Amino acid sequence: MSKYTEEDLKVELENKEYEYGFYTDLDSETFPIGLNEDIVRAISKKKEEPQWMTDWRIEAFRAWQEMIEPEWANVHYEKPDFQAISYYSAPKKADPNKTLDDVDPDLLEMYKKLGISIDEQKKLNNVAMDIVVDSVSVATTFKKTLAEKGIIFMSISEAIREYPELVQKYLGTVVPQRDNFYAALNSAVFSDGSFCYIPKGVRCPMELSTYFRINQAGTGQFERTLLIADEGSYVSYLEGCTAPSRDENQLHAAVVELIALEDAEIKYSTVQNWYPGNKEGKGGVFNFVTKRGICEKNAKISWTQVETGSAVTWKYPSVVLKGDNSIGEFYSIAVTNNFQQADTGTKMVHLGKNTKSTIISKGISAGKSQNSYRGLVRISANADNARNFSQCDSLLMGNNCGAHTFPYIESKNSSAKIEHEATTSKIGEDQVFYCNQRGIPTEKAIALIVNGFSKEVLNKLPMEFAVEAQKLLEISLEGSVG
Amino acid sequence: MLSIKNLHASVEDKEILKGINLEIKAGEVHAIMGPNGAGKSTLSSIIAGNENYEVSEGEILLEGEDISELAPEERAHKGVFLSFQYPVEIPGVSVTNFIKTAINEKRKANGQEEMPANEMLKLIREKSELLEMDRKFLSRSLNEGFSGGEKKRNEIFQMAMLEPKIAILDETDSGLDIDALRIVANGVNKLKNENNAVLVITHYQRLLDYIIPDFVHVLMDGKIVKSGGKELAYELEEKGYDWIKAEI
Repeated sequence: MSKYTEEDLKVELENKEYEYGFYTDLDSETFPIGLNEDIVRAISKKKEEPQWMTDWRIEAFRAWQEMIEPEWANVHYEKPDFQAISYYSAPKKADPNKTLDDVDPDLLEMYKKLGISIDEQKKLNNVAMDIVVDSVSVATTFKKTLAEKGIIFMSISEAIREYPELVQKYLGTVVPQRDNFYAALNSAVFSDGSFCYIPKGVRCPMELSTYFRINQAGTGQFERTLLIADEGSYVSYLEGCTAPSRDENQLHAAVVELIALEDAEIKYSTVQNWYPGNKEGKGGVFNFVTKRGICEKNAKISWTQVETGSAVTWKYPSVVLKGDNSIGEFYSIAVTNNFQQADTGTKMVHLGKNTKSTIISKGISAGKSQNSYRGLVRISANADNARNFSQCDSLLMGNNCGAHTFPYIESKNSSAKIEHEATTSKIGEDQVFYCNQRGIPTEKAIALIVNGFSKEVLNKLPMEFAVEAQKLLEISLEGSVG
Repeated sequence: MLSIKNLHASVEDKEILKGINLEIKAGEVHAIMGPNGAGKSTLSSIIAGNENYEVSEGEILLEGEDISELAPEERAHKGVFLSFQYPVEIPGVSVTNFIKTAINEKRKANGQEEMPANEMLKLIREKSELLEMDRKFLSRSLNEGFSGGEKKRNEIFQMAMLEPKIAILDETDSGLDIDALRIVANGVNKLKNENNAVLVITHYQRLLDYIIPDFVHVLMDGKIVKSGGKELAYELEEKGYDWIKAEI
């Protein structure tokens, strides 16, 4: 009857390619595949690390060897062969003492394709940016401006060399080496990542941002981020991720540790758009990530994530509310389409008195995907007057996808107040027809409905990224109804 | 303006409309009345292009152009507007954002630029005042938690914004108290002019005290069985539908 049906749209979008699926031919130095103590030592040596760091990695590696890969998540995939991955790959021209002018023009071209010109970023957005390609950090902008305020923002490799006492004091304090299988692996082989320190009482004047990119085939990316907000400071941090389209699965096992000291506040936002695999479910990134923050007295940590990519996601950004009156927040949009699987959520561990946590999770499933929310709210015996509010909403598109909610609540203190709300809905034909009648085509109508559904979370993103995230949602989902 | 010729339509093989003929000229107000299950709402859905119904025969012409093969949004772009009996909720999408999207999609389809923000704001202010809408109302999620009256007022607000050629009001009076009814009817009357037309679908004559029709048609069992002037509505109110049944 109509000239452009939902069916047409579906076909068009199934054939829509992952926009960031290009590969840049960079001259890279890549380690042979496989993992043993020698490789771990070689990574450490390559990065000219002090002995304590090498020992720390070896300790993690030995712990990892004793561990088994977890299977409790609601995801199914062929386990990666950890001996078939190269654990270090670096674009050759990334010199650790670089300035922007020294950056490989091919790399700069790649950033352009990714829509992030560093120059532009500098001028327009007031966003300081670190970019990690494969295993190393290649450009950190705005270093000087930040240094004037005493803010340290650099790759973690540099930080290990330049601020060893800070790194040594905090590394592994939130996510210990043997925390879990992937965290242990990361602790042994992490090659780069970002380090950030905000001094006492300083309000970071700009968004700090890291852009992660897997470029080389057959490599894993194991970045480590350590962010310390000293007493009374504030920082907003954003990370974005993409990878080329490949038929094989690539492993990404990152660890992020946040430390919010007394009265400090950290906002940490993620837009994750790793390659999700093709429409038959071939290829895509395995995204097994451990993110956790700790709040001292009166401190606040907010995690906001928009997860649209990866074939398999296993990720629970968490907050340990150690100090009294501390606040933890988790705002999440997880979108799965085709054969994607996501098992994501958060842990809020209330240790201090009058601690508060809020969890808003929006799961959107389409195609044949499976989308699970898994969350833990734990109130310890000493956490008097702890409060939690959780809301988990699922939106289903079509009849072949699944939405699952696994909320765990453990309360050892009778003064705790815990609320949990959950809804599941489907985009209705009547909603689409209503929009159509007002002149809004189906494609646009779905985008509108999905954005409305996700609004509470989108609103938490920094302005300039909210628009990008909104676009990403549209691209990931269009054509999923019908 | 709108001309319907020998329209037959069915849903799941059940024929609901059995040959409707209707001629609405610019500047006219027509009312369709009839008992429950006569096919009134089906007719309005079909004019708007709801694909759950199958049109087996007949034509729907808008200003002489057959629109019966067009998608609902294309009909909307050409000036068909349906005020829904049960407007749906769209959580998280504000009244303003929704109407802004609708206006700009229509403009895009007609080869126009997006409406400048200041012009849009001015128009929204003007039309919301016409319907005595609170400013706060505009930032609420579309139809979410709206009272019956608010929903209908919002429908007419959208109509005012979109300025359709043919507006179909499907049971717009249901769920309205007398004040809301007056406001809604007043809005419709102010929007009516020589270049557009209104089709009112209603159960009761009550709404027709406020929106005065030029013609009244009685729809029964999928056919228009009687047509007349506005006095026909009073007759129906008084005597019910049985006497017409007896007549035919």
